[in-house]
Amino acid sequence: MAVAGSLALLATACGSGDDGNSSSGGSSAGSLDGRGPITLASGKDTSGNLQNQLNAWNAAHPNEKVELKELPEDADAQRQQMVQNAQAQSDSYSVLVMDVVWTSEFAANQWITQIPEDKVPDLGKLLPATVETAKYRDKLYAVPMTSDGGLLYYRNDLLAQAGVNQAPKTWDEMKAACTKVLALPAAKGMSCYSGQFEKYEGLTVNFSEAVNSAGGEIVGKDGKPNVNTPEAKAGLEELVNDFKTGVIPKAAITYKEEESRRAFQDGKLVFLRNWPYVYALANKTDGSSKVAGKFAVAPLPGKTGAGVSSLGGHDYAISSFAKNKATAIDFINFMASEERQKANVEKTSQAPTWASLYDDAGLNKQFPYLAPLKASIQNAQPRPRVVKYGDVTAAIQQAAYDSLSGKTQPDQALSDLQTKLQSLITQ
Amino acid sequence: MTATTPVTAPATEPKRKQRFDEGTGRLAATLLSPTLLVLGVVVLFPIISALRESLFTSGQHLDANGFVVKGETFVGLQNYADIFRGETGTRFWNAFYNTTFFTVVCVVLETVLGVAMALIMHKAFKGRGIVRASILVPWAIPTVISALLWKWIFQADGVANALLGTQILWSTEGWQSKLSVVLADTWKTAPFIGLLVLAGLQTIPAEVYEAAKVDGANAWKTFTRITMPLVKPALLVAVLFRILDTLRIFDLPFVLVGPHKDSVETLSMLAYDEAFNTRFGPAAAYATVLFVYIALVAYLFVKILGADVIGEARAKKPGGGKGGGRWKRSNAVKASASAAVTVSAASGSGRNI
Repeated sequence: MAVAGSLALLATACGSGDDGNSSSGGSSAGSLDGRGPITLASGKDTSGNLQNQLNAWNAAHPNEKVELKELPEDADAQRQQMVQNAQAQSDSYSVLVMDVVWTSEFAANQWITQIPEDKVPDLGKLLPATVETAKYRDKLYAVPMTSDGGLLYYRNDLLAQAGVNQAPKTWDEMKAACTKVLALPAAKGMSCYSGQFEKYEGLTVNFSEAVNSAGGEIVGKDGKPNVNTPEAKAGLEELVNDFKTGVIPKAAITYKEEESRRAFQDGKLVFLRNWPYVYALANKTDGSSKVAGKFAVAPLPGKTGAGVSSLGGHDYAISSFAKNKATAIDFINFMASEERQKANVEKTSQAPTWASLYDDAGLNKQFPYLAPLKASIQNAQPRPRVVKYGDVTAAIQQAAYDSLSGKTQPDQALSDLQTKLQSLITQ
Repeated sequence: MTATTPVTAPATEPKRKQRFDEGTGRLAATLLSPTLLVLGVVVLFPIISALRESLFTSGQHLDANGFVVKGETFVGLQNYADIFRGETGTRFWNAFYNTTFFTVVCVVLETVLGVAMALIMHKAFKGRGIVRASILVPWAIPTVISALLWKWIFQADGVANALLGTQILWSTEGWQSKLSVVLADTWKTAPFIGLLVLAGLQTIPAEVYEAAKVDGANAWKTFTRITMPLVKPALLVAVLFRILDTLRIFDLPFVLVGPHKDSVETLSMLAYDEAFNTRFGPAAAYATVLFVYIALVAYLFVKILGADVIGEARAKKPGGGKGGGRWKRSNAVKASASAAVTVSAASGSGRNI
């Protein structure tokens, strides 16, 4: 069967290889052949479960073992090593564990191989938003392995005291709830809300969520920047005004994920926007969290209805310079299978990409945030899918940060950003 | 036949001499060649290849299918010209200003503090070992770690704000982020100057001080007339090293305050940013500009203040070259100069710790 598969692949490769395209030399798309040992280049495995997953593959495939190459924990350092590896055209990394925002850059540079969609049988069963992150110009270059969406953490104990029985669905509802809660004596010294507003990738995430939730977009479906719009302005102004009026504490301009988590855990915030990983930590009963058992999660609120989260997560791609690509795609399918993803969720609580796992009764019992997380991911938007992502995210951060710190007016910042993005995206 | 005569003719004295010279020359070349080869591979080649790289660009255009057009394009001095123009120009001059600002402010503070530390460490008192060790601790900590340490101190709910009783947001844009970098850098590297000056102090013979005492010099006079001139060569080498180090400051502002912050962005951070976004040509151009700036500053420093990094080598050639003369003028005592050289050699290996 494997032989038949690679023969069919060979045929498709020959068919699509010679289309007279001058620049697509070297690694032609789709030639997924060769069997034997492979390597998996992944960021440092903080969960400790990745090797277990690989052992399961290795036990079943003694002649096509996969070896883990651990890269640094920091995402920027991982990307740097993968880029260097690609530029040296080294075959030492076969499968790359990539952050969802890298796909366009890696695909455009032909550092990763295009994967024919029929080689990934379960693609239709994954959450569609996650599959979008693995595509460049409508072609599949990776397989989504884990996902992530923003969640609204809220103090349900305080909300109940204030007579609010439901998680807010809009920004206005959230602020109304805050007014009631902050009037309570128990809420002395608290602020209403925080996300991540330090000048780093998290700011791009929070800014995108504000803009998307207000009905705006940063890069449109046609791939052109479209940020100088009333909708985008409404989103940015919401954040700017919240800073001005103190809904968001002043210190939040220095918050990354961890700082904002600590503020929430220390009981300084009523509402927090953060990723699912916070759930387990904030629920710890060892004294590190003052809010254990006192909070719940909901999808992010928006301007007129439910908000739009930015997508996080990781995709598995095949390096263009790898040997044994047939083994690599089999391995990716193995890791992306429902069984393996379920095993991974149980051990690490990383959000899966299989839609069915979010409805699994056992998992829901273990991780009560799965239902709001599914809603968050289903409604989520990827961050701008552009080749020069590093420059684009830096430009977005500049515009957002200058507005939040009061240096630039939001409309000025957005029109500057539009000009900047036009020069970065039109190539 | 005729060919053999010149070889055999000067058979006696000159030939033996010639053979001796040839032999040592060849031996020297043979012995030195591995060193030269390694130097060529690890020093010369990267510099030349960076200079070459700075004249090219690559990977900046997409073809119709959305793929990056491969191959490098020769653009001459375009990358250099781009540095000084338009938006990148504003960013460059801001980074240039920051780099220079940090260098001047940090090095001045570090020199004053370092000399003070050295004087304290040099004094004979009980528990001197502990004081010396504790002063040197900051220097022993890697820069990235101390940057993280200060980041925690300076965060919104950190120790600094708790002590001051205010809420200064240190890592946001403005004077406060510059100040935090200056504080952290001074804390870390003043001990380095202290260490080098201490080595200089220890080479000053006790008799000189005794003589001053007999002559009735007070403490200030002793310091300005004896200690400072004698310790000057060591101090200048230390300051030169700090200047070179601070001009390429990267990790401290990058970790402590963060990338893309106008208030603390330095030239190294610009070069890094370009390279990170796979624009290696412009990155090499930025690095070259920084290289030239550092070389210029070092040259001026040596010229104007007479810091003598290779003083001993010149001193060993009596009357040889102009350098020897200048060296004699600027350095009163040979012993302290050789101390400076030893220390500079030692610090060279310890600089990157």
